[in-house]
Amino acid sequence: MRALLLGAWLRAGRGLPRAPGSGRRHREHRGHSGHSEHSEHRPQAPLRQKVSVEVLQHLEHLALVDFRDAEGVERLQKAIQFADQLHEVNTDGVEPMDSVLEDRCLYLREDDVTEGNCTKELLENAREKVEEYFVAPPGNIPLPKLEEQETFLQGSQ
Amino acid sequence: LSISETFVGLEIHAQISSNSKLFSGSQVQFAAPPNSLVSFFDASLPGTLPVLNRRCVEAAVMTGLALNCSINKKSLFDRKHYFYADLPAGYQITQQRVPIAVNGSLSYSLCIDSKMSQMVTKTVRIKQIQLEQDSGKSLHDDTRSQTLVDLNRAGVGLMEVVMEPDMCCGEEAAAAVRELQLILQTLGSSQAVMAEGQLRVDANVSVHHPGEPYGVRTEVKNINSIRFLAKAIDYEIQRQIEELENGGTILNETRAFDSKLGCTVPMRDKEGKQDYRFMPEPNLPPLILYDAKSLPANMNHQQVINIDWIHERLPDLPSVKRKKLVEQYGILPEHSFTLLNEEGLAEFFESVVKQTQMKPKKVIGWILKDLLSYLKQHSLTVKESPVSSFVLADLLNLLEKKEISSTAAKQVLAELWKGEGKTPLEIVKEQKLELLQDQKELEQICQAVIDGHKNEVMAIKAGNPKVLNKLIGLVQKKTQGRSNPVLVKQLLEKKLSG
Repeated sequence: MRALLLGAWLRAGRGLPRAPGSGRRHREHRGHSGHSEHSEHRPQAPLRQKVSVEVLQHLEHLALVDFRDAEGVERLQKAIQFADQLHEVNTDGVEPMDSVLEDRCLYLREDDVTEGNCTKELLENAREKVEEYFVAPPGNIPLPKLEEQETFLQGSQ
Repeated sequence: LSISETFVGLEIHAQISSNSKLFSGSQVQFAAPPNSLVSFFDASLPGTLPVLNRRCVEAAVMTGLALNCSINKKSLFDRKHYFYADLPAGYQITQQRVPIAVNGSLSYSLCIDSKMSQMVTKTVRIKQIQLEQDSGKSLHDDTRSQTLVDLNRAGVGLMEVVMEPDMCCGEEAAAAVRELQLILQTLGSSQAVMAEGQLRVDANVSVHHPGEPYGVRTEVKNINSIRFLAKAIDYEIQRQIEELENGGTILNETRAFDSKLGCTVPMRDKEGKQDYRFMPEPNLPPLILYDAKSLPANMNHQQVINIDWIHERLPDLPSVKRKKLVEQYGILPEHSFTLLNEEGLAEFFESVVKQTQMKPKKVIGWILKDLLSYLKQHSLTVKESPVSSFVLADLLNLLEKKEISSTAAKQVLAELWKGEGKTPLEIVKEQKLELLQDQKELEQICQAVIDGHKNEVMAIKAGNPKVLNKLIGLVQKKTQGRSNPVLVKQLLEKKLSG
């Protein structure tokens, strides 16, 4: 029941009602309050775009993930919305930061042979092996086309 | 047939010559038992982290400097994601945003005609050089529908050199790659042997009519030698031109070169556009390089790479070596190219020159025509030559001192190839090839020839000097090649004028 309710609110593009006495502090951003927790007690940013079937198929192909059903897609849309909060910050003239460790020194190793020769150990994890080679399926198996799949996506057209 | 403009760009992957891999301490070696040169990091086991190899950075800086690039004092590492069995992590660590070197150039030479007598210099722009990991090796077993994976090569350091589409055909691309190969080998940053996979080249080819929009480009892979590189590119150019002339379109696709059929075919595995989802490599901070000015005072030497220090220690590049050979020995530019094109040949030449009185301009003929053609015929390297520089110099000295004729010298050389350990002088004595030193005996033979060929003598006296050559030939025959043709000519002329 609760999941359906959320979904309905999401599609409507409205913020969720705040539960009384939530007790969390909110920081003021431009226009919206943001809060980086899984709590449902915060106003959501408006849904900027619906995720299209083509994008979903592309994502499934790239990440080899099966979204499988409406709940999976919902979760994806929530994740996108959550990340979209980043757009609310004005970053004009600010260099992007990759990592808080960016000022650390990149350690340089001397060119000595210190590792390797552990074939047996490495192959212990392999389900199949052929004469000390790992075994993998042949080449890149293309994913079945949309028409051939039995996913809920077909129903959403 | 309207003239098309053709554009050929190259992506070259050169395996860095180092003891250990780019981000781990496992060994770099060709042909070892499968999965024996693999560390936990190379196998992408959880909990492992990349640690950058200093030698690989130095190799990339050297190469960047040799190719006139700007070295980026701050460069970054990124992850390039795609799924393949020989890429256990599911991503390759590369430098997509800010590579280590950018905006360089490579000059190379081409022969205008087939006789190798006229050379023209061309330049190709180097877009960038980046450090990246090599992947493992897949052996496809179609009969059992499986792929066998060997990770020995996974994680080996590569320098990717990107050349802009400034080249127009297979010949130019081949010449550029050959020159790059020589540079890398001179620097020692890569051994660049294509047959061992240390140098891999992919070509980007497009055509269009001048004035029209640029054409769609295709990528050609699976090229295993410089000769095949030229063939693959020329085939692809032809294919694209014909396709367009027949009203077809060129797809932006990846094609493989089939060396047996001499053509390019679409590659199955590369259908559809790849989305590599580049992201910064979170486990590696930026790579900072220094120069003399920016050298930090309190840092451990081992942790600092000084671009200027490396620059000062760069060896003479092939182009400089060639210039020096031409200037020092007075040989032709084409000669210097051939000398450097063969491993050890330039050193052999210089060694012979040192040990003989014969002028370098004459020595070069013996090196390039006699020695080299023999080596090629028997598929030998200079190192494997049965005739050493000492022995050849010895022979050339005999020739220079006019103790033997040049025909006799060639005969001696033919005998020396057998590698039986005889000295040139021994062979000369054995086969009685010494030039007749007895002037009197020579004069007698000349006179005999003159007496025996009255018709020819009359022809010469009547004003046909070319017939003299026949008489010289006859004297040579009589002396079994042991007469100095110049001296014979002088003697005959003297007798006939008197």
